[in-house]
Amino acid sequence: MALATRTDRRPSLTRSLWGSTVGKKTVMAVSGLIMLMYLVAHMLGNLKIFFGSGEFNAYAHWLRTMGEPLLHYEWALWGVRVVLLAAVVLHGVAAYQLSRRDIAARPSKYAHKRRRTSYATRTMRWGGIILALFIAWHLLDLTTLTVNENAQPGRPYENVVATFSTWYGNAVYLVAMLAVGLHVRHGFWSAAQTLGVGNARRDRILKATANGLALALTAGFVSVPVAVMTGVVG
Amino acid sequence: MRLTLRVWRQRNADTPGAMVTYDIDDISEDMSFLEMLDTLNEKLILRGEEPVAFDHDCREGICGACGVVINGDAHGPERTTTCQLHMRHFDDGDTVDVEPWRAGAFPVVKDLVVDRSAFDRIIGAGGYISVPTGAAPEAHATPVPKADADFAFEHAECIGCGACVAACPNGSAMLFTSAKVNHLNVLPQGAPERETRVLDMVSAMDEEGFGGCTLTGECATACPKGIPLPSIAAMNKEWLRATRKASRR
Ligand code: HEM
Ligand code: SF4
Ligand code: FES
Repeated sequence: MALATRTDRRPSLTRSLWGSTVGKKTVMAVSGLIMLMYLVAHMLGNLKIFFGSGEFNAYAHWLRTMGEPLLHYEWALWGVRVVLLAAVVLHGVAAYQLSRRDIAARPSKYAHKRRRTSYATRTMRWGGIILALFIAWHLLDLTTLTVNENAQPGRPYENVVATFSTWYGNAVYLVAMLAVGLHVRHGFWSAAQTLGVGNARRDRILKATANGLALALTAGFVSVPVAVMTGVVG
Repeated sequence: MRLTLRVWRQRNADTPGAMVTYDIDDISEDMSFLEMLDTLNEKLILRGEEPVAFDHDCREGICGACGVVINGDAHGPERTTTCQLHMRHFDDGDTVDVEPWRAGAFPVVKDLVVDRSAFDRIIGAGGYISVPTGAAPEAHATPVPKADADFAFEHAECIGCGACVAACPNGSAMLFTSAKVNHLNVLPQGAPERETRVLDMVSAMDEEGFGGCTLTGECATACPKGIPLPSIAAMNKEWLRATRKASRR
């Protein structure tokens, strides 16, 4: 039998990525890592709240003048927002489509149930949904100030204190930050596997980095509402 | 030993099945799990009932035919195949649940037998090397570095049993496919088809309706041949490399 010669063309890069489970997972890994880098920067920025209203509000103002005079007022900030929006949408849509497929691939359950996989691994989907809802709430609270009790544009310090002076503001935030920690714990290590940089030798260091990032993010973010609740910041 | 077995009985692909309870005694702890099922079937035949259908062939852990899920574990509590699992791993009086592999891509044919031909089609998409026929080549003509040979051999151990799919909460075939891709892609003999192999096998895998990988690690825990979880990362790396190369052409 003669060997078949391939005459068809390979699909484009976008088509191969979005059309394959491995490719779609790559999109999730890259968008997840983009959001993760942003979260690290965001968490560090938030810690400036411990240095008082003046420093924190000046920092928030600088986020808008970042890149000037090369860029116009808020251009750099809008650039970041566009990238993040693209990352959230791609990550969420890919997660939804892959999850639908995964559930369909296992139509009947086992009669003999047993607990499988770690908590962080099992909660990726619910955790992701919690994060999506939190992102919406968080934007309404501190970006558009729609649901904020203080709602003074240009005074983020006072707005943050107002949020964490309500029980629901604290509750929503604490749950979401625990969810972020769990999501990053499995997510960072997973992204390394998806992008093909994981191997047996690097496994320990990757898991340790994932745990370290998860812990640092949760602790750093949570320190702000705790400081407001205890009166350290107010 | 006395056991209470709860076995999945299903007449054919189109009729719904159910767990059916059987009490069985005179089980020796030296029997294999399949010999225990043989004993059950002898009793069922004598009683004029339909014996339990299950797949098996070599009964020595190399063909991959015999997988069933035992008490929720693919191939049961030990890291081996069902045919190599011995009854000494159970206690007198135990209740043992026996179910077929569960995955959309592995439909139940009858009782504990599932159709695993989806794996054959993944292999058909690239799990081979194309060579002109003739006498076997001289083994030393193509040197293979020791590390590569070991890596290839570790992955060549996959017997295509499907336990990885059965154990995966997403019914994903990533561990199986990665074992096959890695085995050939690391060797000089596999190099000419290195890119098409991984692209075609992954797309065949997707077409069969297997789920995606969420890195739960259940597959590698269940695998009787110890195919390690990082094999999946190694295949992802091959896939990304091939996709980049293909898009540049
Ligand atoms: C819009 C809200 C979000 C949803 C619905 C969501 C959902 C998911 C789901 C379902 C997975 C796959 C889980 C698995 O493989 O078991 C995942 C993975 C991941 N997520 Fe998210 N997530 C969200 C937000 C985030 C955020 C804010 C980050 C940033 C820290 C993030 C980082 C990651 C990473 C790095 C992965 C691993 C990707 C991979 O496995 O290759 N996600 N996400
Ligand atoms: S990878 Fe392991 S569990 Fe999966 S088919 Fe191969 S031998 Fe069986
Ligand atoms: S019957 Fe061949 S591996 Fe079990």
